[in-house]
Amino acid sequence: MKRLIKNGFVMAEGIDINKPADVLIEDGKISEVGYSLKCDDAEIIDASGTYVFPGLIDMHCTICDPGHESVEDIETASMSAARGGFTTIVCNPDTDPVVDNKTVVEYIITKSREYSHVNIYPYGSMTIGCKGERLSEIGEMMRAGAVGIADGDLTVENASLMRNIFIYSKMFDAPVITHCEDTALSGVGVINEGRVSTLLGLEGMPREAEDVIVARNIVLAENTGARLHIAHISTKGAVEQIRQAKKRGVNVTCETCPHYFTLTEDAAMQYNTYAKVIPPLRTKEDTEAIIEGIADGTIDVIASGHMPVRIEHKQREFDTAAYGISSFETAFALSYTALVRSGAITLEQLVEKMSKNPAEILRFGSKGEIKAGCDADITIIDLEKEYTIEPSKFYSKAKFTPAKGLTVSGVTTHCIVGGKSVF
Amino acid sequence: MFLNRKDFLGIRDLTAEELNYILKTAETMKFVINQKNKKVPHLQGKSVIMLFYDYSTRAKLAYELAAQHLSANVIDMDATAASEKKERLQDVGQLIDQMGADFIILRHPMSGAARILADCVEASVINAGDGHNENPGQSLLDLMTIKERKGGFEDLRVAIIGDITHSRVAKSNIWGLLKLGAEVRVTGPSTLIPSELESFGVKVCFDPREAVDQADVILSTRIAASENCVYKIPSLDEYRSMFLVDENLMKYAKDDAIVMHPGQIQRGVEIATSVINSPQCIVNDQIGNSVAVRMAMLYILSQIGGGLHEAFD
Repeated sequence: MKRLIKNGFVMAEGIDINKPADVLIEDGKISEVGYSLKCDDAEIIDASGTYVFPGLIDMHCTICDPGHESVEDIETASMSAARGGFTTIVCNPDTDPVVDNKTVVEYIITKSREYSHVNIYPYGSMTIGCKGERLSEIGEMMRAGAVGIADGDLTVENASLMRNIFIYSKMFDAPVITHCEDTALSGVGVINEGRVSTLLGLEGMPREAEDVIVARNIVLAENTGARLHIAHISTKGAVEQIRQAKKRGVNVTCETCPHYFTLTEDAAMQYNTYAKVIPPLRTKEDTEAIIEGIADGTIDVIASGHMPVRIEHKQREFDTAAYGISSFETAFALSYTALVRSGAITLEQLVEKMSKNPAEILRFGSKGEIKAGCDADITIIDLEKEYTIEPSKFYSKAKFTPAKGLTVSGVTTHCIVGGKSVF
Repeated sequence: MFLNRKDFLGIRDLTAEELNYILKTAETMKFVINQKNKKVPHLQGKSVIMLFYDYSTRAKLAYELAAQHLSANVIDMDATAASEKKERLQDVGQLIDQMGADFIILRHPMSGAARILADCVEASVINAGDGHNENPGQSLLDLMTIKERKGGFEDLRVAIIGDITHSRVAKSNIWGLLKLGAEVRVTGPSTLIPSELESFGVKVCFDPREAVDQADVILSTRIAASENCVYKIPSLDEYRSMFLVDENLMKYAKDDAIVMHPGQIQRGVEIATSVINSPQCIVNDQIGNSVAVRMAMLYILSQIGGGLHEAFD
């Protein structure tokens, strides 16, 4: 089966983005990229006026399958991701049961093959049950197809264990994805500690809770030489520490999520539980630092941070409401609007952070660019089209977002995975 | 003047004009309860539901008396059953609403609970304290007491002493006093001062003498030796040695300064007994005003509340 994407603005090496070009797909691979390609027996995808990007890769999201399929399952997650332009997503291990052995890794891979519209790869949990107590069988999971190891957004508190995880991970060259939160410091907090926590009388989580673990993990990675990837950073302090670490040559990469540079703690005013996420939304000072970090390359990746929860668990008292956000379907548009339209970064930089860089960190050799021989994972987006975010129309089962009502631009018109059009 | 509101959720939502209107109405109510027959018919045929998820004695008593003076039917709902079964607050609210209640007086251990309830019911909601957020009723009676004694709020210097973080009354008072034009200084253990409080125009002092310097009013808060404070203060003894409102500290305040406390004073920890017994300490005035203020709140909401507020938009 051949497909020819015609007349799009193609982001590929050697191709002028301002000049309509074509991409030919053959047997799930990209076979040719160029101007005015001809292929008589190919199905034509008209991309005129739209942009053709390497498929977006989301390296931080939660799918509640196995365990809580009523919240989100592999199929709905993949539809939601495809609509957001993601051709590949990598899911957190904090499922039920936890992805801490090869059987669960195999379950996710097998079920995805059958039900998923996009590529889904799992991270293996670095500790048994994400409990931060004992090493899990990292080697077996990596052999079974895990693409890295993660802590499931639960920081491994024991520094000695964390150090051993770093050392052990080196045998597999596995990226170590860490959520950075000192739980003693974040305590019973439910929101960033600052003006809004004072105004609303809610317990705050100080920014130091994130910063001290970022610092600890950088020190451990520096001394062990392991590959540290810091998940969803939200503070100015974290950006600064990672910037310094990179200057010293530490093997560290990091990501942030769109809500950490488009929204602040103010989104939680009126006790809006849809703005209850972990780490919490911070202040303007932090969002500015995050954008600066994105622009200067300190922040390598923008991940969606998609974390579905049941809406009943959101519609309750702020203290007991669940942490979570539905963001597959808004991640690109929010990022494009806030970063590229505003002139903070170039379109090319954005696509790098949402496709090429995650592909490199996760060692996806044949993804992350549009080049002959690469997997035909391609996202076509109409960047001009403006719309208002309306969560009730999400494909995800989690139909809520604190970004509701924001006007953004960037609509996915096609999502092609392995040569097959899935959206 | 009408207050175009269905609910009283916090002082933070109110304007200075609205605050003054409530205080003025409370004065009328005080006149009413000083009569031989305290009963007035304004809430006749209306029902007031007391929904208390937290223990309370005085607030509940004050709201019940206020509602009874206004001839409302008062029902004390047993909220413990609902909270044990983890029934959603919204569902409890719907239930009360469907039964046709006009007012819900809510006390709840979580900040923002009153807002959640108010958003899903037709009945008027009065926040009788939610988590560490606000307690507008207690604050209004404090403001009323201050106004009675000092005549107004402009150029008034008010010192708030103690645990500010966990005190919803302190928060409500801070928002109210700032709106009414008073100068607010707070002091207490630095671990019990909410973050960035100064950005709202409050002066934070670590030395209580600086806070009460030339103060007209001293508001003491309750200091709890509860789990909340385990990591935050070493002991009540140390607290006492630093922040006790005693005669020595009173020397720094104005000669006619008044001392107030929201109730259940820990004598000798928060305020020295000698100060409590002095005429400067006016906690009895506060208690005296507590019913009048709640009557005013109920009365004002009854003029518009009960789901008819849209008519005045």
